[in-house]
Amino acid sequence: MPGGQNSGGQNIEVLDLSLMPLRDANARLQGDAKSAGAFFKVINPRGAHALACGLDSEIEVEVEGHTGYYCAGMNKLARVVIKGNAGQGVAENMMSGEVRVTGDVSQSAGATAHGGLLVVEGNAAARCGISLKGGDIVVKGNVGHMSMFMAQAGTLVVLGDAGDALGDSLYEAQIYVRGSADNLGADCVEKELREEHREKLRDLLGKAGCSDVDVSEFKRFGSARALYNFKPDNVDAY
Amino acid sequence: MCGIVGLYLKTSSLKDRLGAMFTPMLIEMTDRGPDSAGVAVYHAPASEGQVKITAFHPDPGFDWAALAEAVSSDLGVTIEHHANDTHHVLISGGEAEALEDAIEDYDPLLQVMSAGTTIEIYKETGLPEEVAEKFGLKDMKGSHAVGHTRMATESAVTTAGSHPFSTGLDLCLVHNGSLSNHNRLREHLATHRGIEFKTENDTEVAAAYVSDKMNAGRSLHEALEDSIKDLDGFYTFVVGTRDGFAVLRDPIACKPAVLAETDDYVAFASEYRALVDLPGIETAKVWEPEPAVVYSWGGRA
Amino acid sequence: MSDMNWSLRESHSFDRNTIAEIRRAAQTGLYRIRGFGAKRQIPTLDDLVFLGASMSRYPLEGYREKCDTSVTLGARYASKPIQLKIPITIAGMSFGSLSANAKEALGRGASEVGTSTTTGDGGMTPEERGHSTQLVYQYLPSRYGMNPDDVRKADAIEIVVGQGAKPGGGGMLLGQKITERVAEMRTLPEGIDQRSACRHPDWTGPDDLAIKILELREITKWEKPIYIKCGAARPYYDTALAVKAGADVVVMDGMQGGTAATQDVFIEHVGLPTLAAIPLAVQALKDLDMHRKVQLIVGGGIRSGADVAKALALGADAVSIGTAALIALGDNDPAFEEDYKKLGTRAGFWEDYQDGSDPAGITTQNPELAKRLDPVKAGRRLANYLRVLTLETQTLARANGKSHVHNMEPEDLAALSVEAAAMAGVPLAGTSWIPGQS
Repeated sequence: MPGGQNSGGQNIEVLDLSLMPLRDANARLQGDAKSAGAFFKVINPRGAHALACGLDSEIEVEVEGHTGYYCAGMNKLARVVIKGNAGQGVAENMMSGEVRVTGDVSQSAGATAHGGLLVVEGNAAARCGISLKGGDIVVKGNVGHMSMFMAQAGTLVVLGDAGDALGDSLYEAQIYVRGSADNLGADCVEKELREEHREKLRDLLGKAGCSDVDVSEFKRFGSARALYNFKPDNVDAY
Repeated sequence: MCGIVGLYLKTSSLKDRLGAMFTPMLIEMTDRGPDSAGVAVYHAPASEGQVKITAFHPDPGFDWAALAEAVSSDLGVTIEHHANDTHHVLISGGEAEALEDAIEDYDPLLQVMSAGTTIEIYKETGLPEEVAEKFGLKDMKGSHAVGHTRMATESAVTTAGSHPFSTGLDLCLVHNGSLSNHNRLREHLATHRGIEFKTENDTEVAAAYVSDKMNAGRSLHEALEDSIKDLDGFYTFVVGTRDGFAVLRDPIACKPAVLAETDDYVAFASEYRALVDLPGIETAKVWEPEPAVVYSWGGRA
Repeated sequence: MSDMNWSLRESHSFDRNTIAEIRRAAQTGLYRIRGFGAKRQIPTLDDLVFLGASMSRYPLEGYREKCDTSVTLGARYASKPIQLKIPITIAGMSFGSLSANAKEALGRGASEVGTSTTTGDGGMTPEERGHSTQLVYQYLPSRYGMNPDDVRKADAIEIVVGQGAKPGGGGMLLGQKITERVAEMRTLPEGIDQRSACRHPDWTGPDDLAIKILELREITKWEKPIYIKCGAARPYYDTALAVKAGADVVVMDGMQGGTAATQDVFIEHVGLPTLAAIPLAVQALKDLDMHRKVQLIVGGGIRSGADVAKALALGADAVSIGTAALIALGDNDPAFEEDYKKLGTRAGFWEDYQDGSDPAGITTQNPELAKRLDPVKAGRRLANYLRVLTLETQTLARANGKSHVHNMEPEDLAALSVEAAAMAGVPLAGTSWIPGQS
């Protein structure tokens, strides 16, 4: 088994996707190496799909390079760091743990996540946080159109700008944007940024590694709750 | 529903390696399109006053020399031709349209794949790897190439129904997605704009739309901007012209797209994994094209 | 009728239902939302008959000579396929649209006769997992209550692209049914009118679905069959694309398929009747040489063993029932006539699904009403009904000389109407004529 030790003295197991099939790499990550603190490095991901998905223990995985769709999908407990860009649906339906991407992410990042933290150091494309159900997402760059569409719970923090139709048909999820958010989706409105929200922002920014950002620069957006029940007055929004 | 790839060289130093760089890109998209594959390669422009036509005949024993002789004597032109498996490239003087008609009239099974000065289109049913092997794609040279692997949605799995579609001189278009208003648009283009359609495929309508706009004087970039308003449905397009290359995604942008650019080339693929073997990809600018934004290189602005 | 004035002529175009709907629309300004499936008259499997056997074919003896009804689903890629004893499955219906007792009863009834049940738009409850020996987990656009532990607990995964009642539309559940438990499972505020998305949040189209399937298989170690469920929109292409995307099983749901709630205009005017959808789906499988390799489950308006047998003869591997299963549990039972009247409906009209006040305790989240359904007794009724469907199916199969229900063929059928002949691709009775085929 190739490997070595990281700076913290942990044993590192290297999984080389140019030498092993995806199934074997995932089986190893999902499998018996569940001792807390186990550290894996995945090299040569070559844009592979469904890499490190379905993890369910407190391991750490570092992926060296760009990944395809659904990297760290349905993650539980594990910490996955992608050193590169991630394709569609990174950390989709995450339950807990942390997924961090040093580059950009494609559409539907963090889709339907119930828990955990997704940090995107670059930009996120369309539909970031779509149908979010409780996870937290911090995007250091911009997010694309229809982000947080039908998001139910959880938080999206955007340090850059938000694309069109932000928070369309939003339920009880929270959105914070530092840059521009000029085009809000149906039933999404700007709300007052109170101390409890600043506290939440400070907490998330701290976890994301950008505690130097001034939380008072953010605007908060949430649901106007006008679309919660079918009413003739809402016909234009349907 | 498909995989699409494109490679546009910004410097001539790599042109001998176009096919070698492009072939793995196409093959990597097999999962997205196992039914058929096709490529448009832009290389070896015909000399002044000459046109280049790629034609297909399903019969490997078809007598291409007899075709060339018949068409040359009909039209009073000299035709050079060379084989590439089931496809033949014919280079001739005269008008492209007259040549295309004469070729297709000669035998009902003959199909013109492309016409222009620079474009050659090769497409066949079967796995992308087999198609690439059949036509010797990896040894091809040129300035740019556009390719497609097809998972057929609503029209037949045939050679003619494979992408790229070419509806104008040196123009080709490939598509990932599914259009929803192509039937009315096809009727309009056929009835009022004199365009002859060869298939029931939605992508052929998109190609025809773009070539019609360009014939009316719009640039490639402008024609694609027009299409955002007129084409409904889901699409990512890659378009090639004699000296241009462009990418467009629909405003909803559900279908995937990745662009990579270095000083030497621009590469497009449905998924990043198709780009991993390109030289210098580690340091290339890699990004996802924005919805409803036309990206174009070369050609008339 | 004695007071009927025969000089008054009712309009066929503006009949009483139509007039009532115009008045309702004018009053409320909202489209009509209701449950159940298509109610208007459409060609059905009733328009087909089996030919039977006499001189040219020999029938099998009932009971003595075996007529096998077992079905294996999902052996294409899954290492642990589903094994059913009967070719009838229970369709996906959510906890939320149905009470917990109703879900438990479905599990009990299906398990008793060796078939599977299916979750719905709202996640898996311990009641249904506990009482279903084989449980199919629906993976829907909303992903309500979706989590990897439940995916792994399931015996198969059904990716829902659409359903027969509303191909191209998302789910709805009105506020009366979004009680505390339902709201918590779905992460929604209590009492809202829930609308689900119509497309999945992280893939669109078969090429991207193929990658989603890869992810689901990687998470479940390639053990579990993956079904793809489509409403009967364009069944030939949709079936072919489901196969190309990597499905183990295709579920095709005709327009008679029911729903908990959606727009009436969707239920009555979008999608193909089940009769028309089956031959198109089967043809797609045959053209890809995947018939019987990728299994086809057909749903939408299956009521009797005759419907089951005809669907199988047209090429389905199994059928699924939803509405009929609820009726077997006791839904719209005339015993509750007075209570249905209080809701402004009548027993047997199924105008109550969306309101959440089902007197039978099935399509409700009201705990007092839900108590009315005894899951043990209701489960037994469902098991009885499934046994009858199976016996009827075997009766028809034996009458045509078949020792396995999958050996019934379209050639064992004749059509009673030109429409049915054209849709089913079987000859009009007494002729060799199949309209539309030369």
